[in-house]
Amino acid sequence: MKYGLYVFALVVLLSGCRATNQLSLYQQLDGQQGIEKLVDSFINQIGHDSRILEYFKQANVAHFRQGFILHLCSVTDGPCSYTGDSMIDIHTGMNISEKDFNRVVELLINAMDEQQIPQRLQNTLLERLAPMRSEVINI
Amino acid sequence: MKHCKWLIGLYCLVNVASSLAATGKLLATPGVSQVEGSAGGGLVPWAQLAGYASADEVAINGFCSRADVTDYRLDVCGVQFNLFDRVELSYAQQQFDVPALDTQIEQSISAAKIRLYGDIVYSEWPQVSLGMQHKELQNGALASLLGAKDTKGTDVYIAASKLHLGALAGYNWFWNTTVRYSEANQLGLLGYGGKNSAEKLLFEASSAVFLTHQVAVGIEYREKSNNLGLSEQDWKDIFIAWFPNKHISVTAAWLDLGRIAGADDQTGWYLSVTGYW
Repeated sequence: MKYGLYVFALVVLLSGCRATNQLSLYQQLDGQQGIEKLVDSFINQIGHDSRILEYFKQANVAHFRQGFILHLCSVTDGPCSYTGDSMIDIHTGMNISEKDFNRVVELLINAMDEQQIPQRLQNTLLERLAPMRSEVINI
Repeated sequence: MKHCKWLIGLYCLVNVASSLAATGKLLATPGVSQVEGSAGGGLVPWAQLAGYASADEVAINGFCSRADVTDYRLDVCGVQFNLFDRVELSYAQQQFDVPALDTQIEQSISAAKIRLYGDIVYSEWPQVSLGMQHKELQNGALASLLGAKDTKGTDVYIAASKLHLGALAGYNWFWNTTVRYSEANQLGLLGYGGKNSAEKLLFEASSAVFLTHQVAVGIEYREKSNNLGLSEQDWKDIFIAWFPNKHISVTAAWLDLGRIAGADDQTGWYLSVTGYW
């Protein structure tokens, strides 16, 4: 009986874990509102980095903001699907170096820090974005 | 007035140096400096190349480390060059103190590493590098006395490393495995080869978890051969590394080096500092 209680407690604990894991990354990032705040922080970070800002000289910031919000919503399993230009189309001709790519990753990390997004969520988001690197650099 | 000029000069130099510094890699991804001067953990050379140079940068690093165990002390200082994240060249000087015999053994290590494939963060498969470490004892008397065949030797190794983002409950997880061909006795400080020359391919591994952007904790293992018949044992450590920025890292470790030249239970502290430009 006592043993049964322990098992019951364990099952409740584990299901508790599962319940939190069932939240999508989108929900854990505080949904649309959280992602908008993150993208605004990110744009602000870019605005203060002269080297990276160069790449955005011709860009329409409002268009970039909408596109990136939609993109993040989509990769975090939010209720939207990204229908904008492909990563390859957007970055072709920009000739982004490995160094500048990593700088942009750092600016995104700064933005996540600024929004007080916990380290573990930051890593999970970066893990979702990392595979797109080959569609972004040196093209 | 004269001092003032010097100070201004120094200030300019530091400024120029920091503006030229290689910063193209993500924080902490180059790892630290191992005891033979290659980029790695403390004991094991890793697949990453030293410093923050990306494909169009050059990096220069300097480091010093001290290992202080029950009966011995090892001091190492060295420099590393990273050419375009493709080739690593390094030079290190080791000084091994044996207080009981009032003896010092010195060894120099010239090493090279070439990145064959990948990037520890982004590539689908682990980053893989091939390296060599050429070591020469400056004083081989003790090595010869203990039965070593040679006072110099060359290790060759292949290393694979990978950083898995968010892999351990959301924390970043790093691992490295290295296979080394070596005839060295205790890093070569006790010479190369010996009457028992047996196993030459040695296995080494490291694993670490990043608790924050700046702090990693991990463990290392390095297999050793037993050429001299002195029951040389495998090395282990548990470490914490701190990367406050891309210009410095500090590593502390607890070492278990087993039996060294007849003395059992060589455990103690390790401290290492690397500066990156």
